[in-house]
Amino acid sequence: MQIQLRFFASVREALNTAQESVELPSGIRTIGDVRLHLQARGGPWAEALAQGRALRMAYNQQMSDESTPITPGCEVAFFPPVTGG
Amino acid sequence: MPVRVQQQDFDLSDEVAALRAGQAGIGAIVSFVGTVRDMNDGSSVAAMELEHYPGMTEKALEDIVAKAKARWPVLDALVIHRVGPLAPLDQIVLVAVTSPHRGEAFDACEYIIDYLKTEAPFWKKEQTPEGARWVDARVTDDAALAKWKEGD
Repeated sequence: MQIQLRFFASVREALNTAQESVELPSGIRTIGDVRLHLQARGGPWAEALAQGRALRMAYNQQMSDESTPITPGCEVAFFPPVTGG
Repeated sequence: MPVRVQQQDFDLSDEVAALRAGQAGIGAIVSFVGTVRDMNDGSSVAAMELEHYPGMTEKALEDIVAKAKARWPVLDALVIHRVGPLAPLDQIVLVAVTSPHRGEAFDACEYIIDYLKTEAPFWKKEQTPEGARWVDARVTDDAALAKWKEGD
């Protein structure tokens, strides 16, 4: 399935990518699966999305977590903990 | 419009005047203004850039305002958050709440800014003498939120 990826702040800078459209292999069902899939690209992807890093996730612009299922055409975002206000 | 994300500055008096215009049921207005400090985590801050997630930001702020309105009998609420380049002394954020009595206005205003700081997708990047750096989330912000969650 195809989904839209968005990256923000320090994650965006580390990956040098703000957004991309990605075709996922079958078997990827959750945001946690997407994170692992992207880590496998290696280099900055493995580092910026590594398990244990403080990383927040959104599914269709709602705060979510690794267990959230993905759907065709959805927008998944990865970013660091927020620091507004 | 209860929620605005904008580059330009805001005027507290104008915003409060608009919020209370013609609303004789209001007995209390509590407002909070967050501003840019010239010092953070031991370094001087010369400038800052505020990034956000367009679309999600507005939804997150509207959700927070809706939760506050469901929890307290507030009459209205306004959130303005600036993005883009900012400098020390600049205003960053305004939260204003109106209600019949002061207690719920104080509580709802604090609730909205506490939730904003941990759930709304904004990120600050500071320019310091040591270079540019992304601001780290504060544990104290999570602690501030915990007090409201106990009441949920």
